[in-house]
Amino acid sequence: MTFFLRRDWQLYLLLLFPLSFVLVFKYAPMTGLVLAFKNYKIAKGFWGSEWVGFEVFKQIFDKPDFMRAVRNTLMLNGLDLVFSFTMPILLALLLNEIKGVRFKRVNQTLLYLPHFLSWVIIGAIAYQLLSEGNGVINNVIEMLGGKRIPFLQEDTHWLFSYLAIGVWQSMGWGTILYLASISSINPEMYEAATVDGAGRWRKAWNVTLPSIRVTIVTLLILNLGKIMEGSFERVFALQNKATTEYTTTIPVLVYRWGIESGNFSRATALGLFQAVIGLVLVLVADRIAKKLGEDGLI
Amino acid sequence: MKASAGTLAVTRRRRFDIWDVLIRLSLIIASLACLLPFVHVVSKSFSEDAYVIANKVILWPEGFTVEAYKKIFADDSILRSLYVSVAVTALFTVIGMILTICAAYPLSRKQLKGRSALTFIFLFTMYFHGGIIPDYMLVNNLHMLDTMWSLVLPLAFSAFNLLIMKTALSSSIPDSLEESARIDGAGHFRILWSIVLPLSKPIIATLSLFYAVGRWNSYQDALFYIKQNVDMRPLQLKLYYLVIQASESFQLEATQVQLSNPEVLKASCVVFATLPILCVYPFIQKYFVQGVMLGAIKE
Repeated sequence: MTFFLRRDWQLYLLLLFPLSFVLVFKYAPMTGLVLAFKNYKIAKGFWGSEWVGFEVFKQIFDKPDFMRAVRNTLMLNGLDLVFSFTMPILLALLLNEIKGVRFKRVNQTLLYLPHFLSWVIIGAIAYQLLSEGNGVINNVIEMLGGKRIPFLQEDTHWLFSYLAIGVWQSMGWGTILYLASISSINPEMYEAATVDGAGRWRKAWNVTLPSIRVTIVTLLILNLGKIMEGSFERVFALQNKATTEYTTTIPVLVYRWGIESGNFSRATALGLFQAVIGLVLVLVADRIAKKLGEDGLI
Repeated sequence: MKASAGTLAVTRRRRFDIWDVLIRLSLIIASLACLLPFVHVVSKSFSEDAYVIANKVILWPEGFTVEAYKKIFADDSILRSLYVSVAVTALFTVIGMILTICAAYPLSRKQLKGRSALTFIFLFTMYFHGGIIPDYMLVNNLHMLDTMWSLVLPLAFSAFNLLIMKTALSSSIPDSLEESARIDGAGHFRILWSIVLPLSKPIIATLSLFYAVGRWNSYQDALFYIKQNVDMRPLQLKLYYLVIQASESFQLEATQVQLSNPEVLKASCVVFATLPILCVYPFIQKYFVQGVMLGAIKE
């Protein structure tokens, strides 16, 4: 019993720092979740506020903003799955067709670039490009005789701009894992396919795609598990007063209720609702991935 | 058979293939879509107000001037934000890496008793967390609101980075190497310091960059925690208020009575804030790609 302590005490000592750090900054806040079951009053304090059971949850379920936030979160993430998830696969297949090393590398460098920018910068650039009054894309459209389009200043247009910007930001970066699994494909498979008379597209369909199927499925399940998560920064940097219909997502609503309006109980309850469903979804996704014989996430 | 396949390949190569052109073209279009927005913003930032107001600037500066940049460098609040960002990022990266290494090395040793339980404690934080408000209350209770520490400490531990580091250490430092060092009388501290760390330089570089770029780019926590103390705003938050919300005016701009068009100033601000990332991007890209691959590999 004491043997391993005598042998490994230094390892435990090393662990002490990160462990206490995680307890303070990750686990201690979890006790704050009891606010969701209390009627928090600043005057009465954290412990003095009275318990109300699930009353706060009942309240928020009745709010029209709540249903809207859930709908928007699911919708934005779901649509991202349709567009932002598929684009990297397509792009990886296209990059795979390029034999010239330099052409490929220059393209990759440019395509990866948006991933390194903050959402504030992306939002700022988006307004420079897409704003109705003086965005350059609208300027060009007008020059060509078209009408100005409120890309970011009208709800439906905003939705499409939001999705397009998401694709723009992530399409290049998303190819990395696919390109890695493509590069591990045995070249003999392609040679055999060529001998059998397969053209470019047959090879992509019958050799490349099946070989990256595992990666696709794993990433898809991983993303499905995250469908209740919301990117606060992305929505917040792109939203404006004219487009409120789709910009209220769960984290944005938590911010508005909690930090802007000071209703901590309600905001905590909403955050907890999201976190619990998120955890369940991740666990389910992991179970499914393992059932399908993939690696799993956890 | 072999010969015919060879001639087939030769004739294929010689034939003009329309798909080759189309594939290259679509990749060029995608790459340009990533590049041209910057070209536009940079052009705008070097243009004269009048041309920008007239919507004349597209991909080339009109009436070249560096006036906007002079204003930025004369604006104390922007420069201070830059310092805050640099200091926060540096501190955050150092603390984050110390935490990661201190946790990853013991957890990568198979002999460690209670290893799986300890690992669970760390990695559970990846799947469940208190959330925005409980985090906010903690920062408030620790009296860190409006201080630099609110941007350094709460996020300094990253379960994801720990996972990568742990995987890398388990595979790169074989137990036998450690075993022989122990036989020579070296303790764990000694092994970590003189064997493990020197051998792990590439992964340390990669994860440091993950920490640094992540910290540099985020503004969510700053938006929550830095409210009163405007001097503590990191660059991204400053940019948010200046350019996106436009609720704040540029220092020098505020003194002017006339309604001036701040578009040029906004553009140069974006360039100013993007420049640090653009400067390091060519050198760090490679490490990031490696990091992504490592993150995908599970033990």
